[in-house]
Amino acid sequence: MARKDSNPKVGRRQFLAGAIAAGAASAMTPPAANAAEAAKPQPRTPSALPPSAKSMAAETHPPQDMGRIGGTAGSDFMVDVIKTLDIKYMPSNCASSFRGIHESLIDYGGNKMPEFISCMHEESAIGIAHGYYKITGKPLLSLCHGTVGLQHATMAIYNAWCDRVPLIIVGGNDMDAAHRPPGVPTYHAAQDINAIVRDYTKWDDMPVSLQHYAQSMVRAYKIAMTPPYGPVAISLDAGLQQEPIRSHGEKLYIPKYVPTAPPQGDTGAVKEAARLLAQAQNPVIVVDRAARTPNGMNLLVQLAEALQARVVDQNGRMNFPKTHYLSSAPGVVANADVIIGMELSDFWNTVNSFTDNGVNGIGTTNGPRTKQGTKLISISSMELISKSNYQDFQRFQEVDVSIAGDAEATLPALIEAVKAAIPNAGKAAIAKRAEAAKQSYAQALARTREAAALGWDASPISTARMVMETYGAIKDLDWCVANAPNGISNWPLRLWPMEKYYHHIGGSGGAGQGYGPQGAVGAALANRDLGRFTVAFVGDGDLMYAPGVLWTAAKHKIPLLMLVHNNRGWHQELMHLQRTANFRNRVVNLGQDTAPVGCGIMNPDVQYEKLAESMGWWAKGPIKDPRQLAPALREAVAAVKSGQPALLNVWTQPR
Amino acid sequence: MRVSNLLTTAALAAGFFVTQGSAFAADAQKGKTAYAKYGCWQCHGYLGQGGGAGPKLAPEPMPLVALVPFLRHTNGAMPPYMEPVLSDADIADIQAYLASIPKPADYKSIPLLNQ
Repeated sequence: MARKDSNPKVGRRQFLAGAIAAGAASAMTPPAANAAEAAKPQPRTPSALPPSAKSMAAETHPPQDMGRIGGTAGSDFMVDVIKTLDIKYMPSNCASSFRGIHESLIDYGGNKMPEFISCMHEESAIGIAHGYYKITGKPLLSLCHGTVGLQHATMAIYNAWCDRVPLIIVGGNDMDAAHRPPGVPTYHAAQDINAIVRDYTKWDDMPVSLQHYAQSMVRAYKIAMTPPYGPVAISLDAGLQQEPIRSHGEKLYIPKYVPTAPPQGDTGAVKEAARLLAQAQNPVIVVDRAARTPNGMNLLVQLAEALQARVVDQNGRMNFPKTHYLSSAPGVVANADVIIGMELSDFWNTVNSFTDNGVNGIGTTNGPRTKQGTKLISISSMELISKSNYQDFQRFQEVDVSIAGDAEATLPALIEAVKAAIPNAGKAAIAKRAEAAKQSYAQALARTREAAALGWDASPISTARMVMETYGAIKDLDWCVANAPNGISNWPLRLWPMEKYYHHIGGSGGAGQGYGPQGAVGAALANRDLGRFTVAFVGDGDLMYAPGVLWTAAKHKIPLLMLVHNNRGWHQELMHLQRTANFRNRVVNLGQDTAPVGCGIMNPDVQYEKLAESMGWWAKGPIKDPRQLAPALREAVAAVKSGQPALLNVWTQPR
Repeated sequence: MRVSNLLTTAALAAGFFVTQGSAFAADAQKGKTAYAKYGCWQCHGYLGQGGGAGPKLAPEPMPLVALVPFLRHTNGAMPPYMEPVLSDADIADIQAYLASIPKPADYKSIPLLNQ
C-alpha cells in the first residue's frame, strides 16, 4: 500500500534523484562508528518475529487519510490506455498494491471494458482468463497483488504459458522504499517483482512513467497476441498509479495497437513438405494447437481431404471434427511413411513410446511408435521462442523438415503446394485411402461404443454413463465442453459429435492441478455472452484447489453445468503409489481408506453439493445410482438455462 | 523373461490349482475383496471394465493359467505383482471374481450409445 504526499513539492523523478544522493551520503558514515555499533551486544531475536502493531494496522485497519489528489490521477490515464485494447473483463482478487488503478477502473472507467470479475484467489482469476480466451480468442487482464498475489497466480500463469494462451497480468508494487508503509506493504513489494514469472511469460516490464506505461501496455498486448501466444506481465508502481499526472513538458499519448501478422513458414520448406506429403503412400497429420481459430479447423479439413490423410488430434485445441472419417486414434502413426506434426507440444512422444518401468523406479524404457524410415515434418511457432529453465519444450525430436512458423498461417500455402505436388497418377491411390479410412472410422466407433457399454449399470457410476447421460440432456443445445476430459477416459471426445471449434477447448497446458473449474468458469463467462451452454466434467481433487471460483460464478451469474467426477481420490497419484509399491514388492499401505495413504479424498467424503450450495449454486448429490442421473441432469440443465450455475456430485468409477 | 520359463511357470500355476482341489477353490467373493485391496480397480475399474488407464479385464478375463505368470513377470505398463504381495490363491480368487462379472448389454440396445 502506498502512502503518497497528495501535493508533492518534488516530482517522482526528482525525488528518486534525491534518494540516490541521500544513499550516497549515508554510505560515507565513518567506519569506526559502524564498528562500534556492531560491537555492542545485541539481544537475541527469534527467527520469525510476529508482525508489529503498526504492520498489522497497515494491513487490517482502514486506510489513513491520504489527503486529496491535485489534478488527474495517473491511474485514470492507465484506464484510458486499457480501454483502447478492447478487453472485456478483468478477473482479479482485490488488493492494496493496485488500489489506485482499481479505483480508476471502477469509478473513472465505469467498471466497463473491462468489468471487474471478483475472484477469491489469483489462481482462479488467471484460470478464468485462460478459459475465456479459449472461447473468444481474446485476452483478459488480471490484476495481481504485489509479491503474494503474483505468487498465488504463478501456477495458473505457467499453465497459460504451456497452453500458449495470451493473458495481460498487471501487478501492483510499491517501489519507493523510503515512502511506502513499513510492515506488510513492504513484504508485498519487490525490487524485480516479475522475476518470479519471467521464465514463463513472453515479456514483462515495470514502467517508471505514464508514457512508459502506455507504450508498455500496448507492447505487452501486441506481444501476447503474436503467435506463439503467451502471457505477459506489467508491474505498476503504486506511486505511478496514485500520483497526479505531471506533464514534464510532454503530452501523454496512447500508441495505436495494430495486430502483428502471424509468422508464415518459409516458402521453400513448405514446398518440400508438400512434396513429401504428396508422394507419401500413407501420410498422417498430427495436430495439437494447430487451429488457433475456427478457420484453422477448416484449413486442416482441406489439407486432410486433399491427401486423404488420417488426422490425429492431440486435443490442445479443437483442431479437427471428431465426426470426420479421417479423424483417427494415435496408433495410426505406426503405419505412416510421412508424418506432419503441427504445433505439437511433444513431438518426441508422438513418434516414440515410453514405459515407466525403469530400474528402481528411475527412467523409462523407450521405443519407436513409427516404422523405420518414416519422414517427419514439423511446423511450429514455438521454434520462434526459447526459454531455458522450465522444461515445457519436452524431449528433442529430430525431424526431416523443420518449419518455424505458425501452423494456421502456413496452412493456406501448404494446401496449395500439396495440391500442386500431387501427380495425376497418384490421385486414384489417394481416393482409395478415403474408402479405407471410412471403414476404419466406422469400426473404431463401434469398438468405442462397445467399451462404453461395459459397466453401464455400475455403481459407482461409470464415466461413460455419466458422460452420455449428460449428452442426452444437452444434445439439443449449442453446447461446449469446457475442460479436458482425460480423467474420464476422454469419453466426450470419443462419443460426442464434436464438430465446432468451441465444442471442446482443450486443457490446462501445464497439467497444473486446479485449472479445471477455473478454466470452465472463464469459458462459461464467454459462452454466456454468446448464448451457448457450457458443461464441465471436473475432478474432485481438481475442484478442491481453489473452490472459491464457485462463488465467482454465482456472483457474476455465469451459467455452467459442472459434474464432479468424484472418484474420491487423486487418481493419477494413487496409481503411481500402487505402481511404486509393486516394483518394490510391497503391499501398498491403504490406511483406513481404499486408496494408498495420502491419495484418497474420503473419510470424510466431501459434500460438493453443499459446498456449491453454500456459494449460491443449484446443486445435487451425491449421485451413486446411474438411474438417478437423468432426472438430476434435467433439473440441473433447467437451472443452468435459467442463468444459474449448477453442480452435480456424481460418485464415479476411477476413470 | 524367456518364453520357456514363462510357460513353465504357467504350467506350474495351473497344476497347483488343479491338484490342490477344493481347499484352494477360487472364491469370487473373496476375489472381489482382493481386487479392491490390491488396487486392481485403480486402472481397470471396479467391474474390470477398463478405461483410460488400463484395458478391460471382464467379462471373459484372461485364463488363470496365463494370468499368474503375466502378473509375476509383466514389466510394461502393468506393474508386476509378486508372490509376497499377491498370492496365487488371491489371483485365483480375483480371476474368479472377474469371471463372475456378467456380460454387458449390447451397446446397440442402449439408446444413449446410438445417437
